[in-house]
Amino acid sequence: MAEFLHMGGYAPYVWSAYGAFALIVGGLTLASLRASARAKRELKDLEARQSRARRKPATESP
Amino acid sequence: MSIWKYANPAEFMRVSGAALPWVAGLAIALMALGVGWSLFFTPEDYQQGQTVKILFIHVPAAIQAINGYLVMVVASLIGLIRRHHVSFLVAKAAAPIGAGFTLLGLFTGAVWGEPMWGTWWVWDARLTSFLILFFFYLGYMALWAAIDDPEKAADLSAVLCLVGGVFAILSRYAVQFWATLHQGTSISLSGNQKLTPEFLYPLVVMLLAFLLTFLALLIVRTRTEIRLRRARAIRLSTAEM
Repeated sequence: MAEFLHMGGYAPYVWSAYGAFALIVGGLTLASLRASARAKRELKDLEARQSRARRKPATESP
Repeated sequence: MSIWKYANPAEFMRVSGAALPWVAGLAIALMALGVGWSLFFTPEDYQQGQTVKILFIHVPAAIQAINGYLVMVVASLIGLIRRHHVSFLVAKAAAPIGAGFTLLGLFTGAVWGEPMWGTWWVWDARLTSFLILFFFYLGYMALWAAIDDPEKAADLSAVLCLVGGVFAILSRYAVQFWATLHQGTSISLSGNQKLTPEFLYPLVVMLLAFLLTFLALLIVRTRTEIRLRRARAIRLSTAEM
């Protein structure tokens, strides 16, 4: 295990490359999923408000 | 029915929604297999030692960075010519993913270059054109963000994207055009293979894993852009009421 982590003396180079990979691909995935959830929520709210407005036209409201 | 029916947002949402779980699932499976294989089951290289493990991240990231830009070029061209909004949104969605992969390619190249070439960076044709590609990704995203009118933003950023396409092509073929410190291609579809199977097979898995990850993220982000566009349309229409 220690030998594996040591990477034949190149540990800083190899592990920083794999670390950057995890950080960038993981970060992209997380950011994309969060933006997706936010957009879904926003659209759902707007559509709900729009259908409510359609059912009850502005002229009938007090 | 022609292929252009998929440019219809509703149709795109239907098809992409059905495809997404499969693409994402396959991407995760291939990524797990590829990373496990690269880290635990590949031998040391007789010249490069364990730094050869950087190959399995660096090459797929760099190839997908260039492919990602070519996807943007094609999508922008289709958008400009056929005026399909979804095309522009595909290009917009691809940019952050491609920029991320480009940054990953630059970083892994540096930490591979230092122990093997003795330098983090050289201004040779391959590396320089790849760096400029990164700046085009950033400029493209900045231009989208800077213009409020989405129609205008789509057109202008598409034109900028086409200009940068030169550097996507250059960074791919620079090693053939000029003598560079960066080595030539090690893998090819037409035989003339310079990699032995114990390195080639995990690399192919990682190439596919990066391709599918790009596709999965592209689908998620394009769907987000379409939803945001629809939300904007609803907001504008209710504001008029």
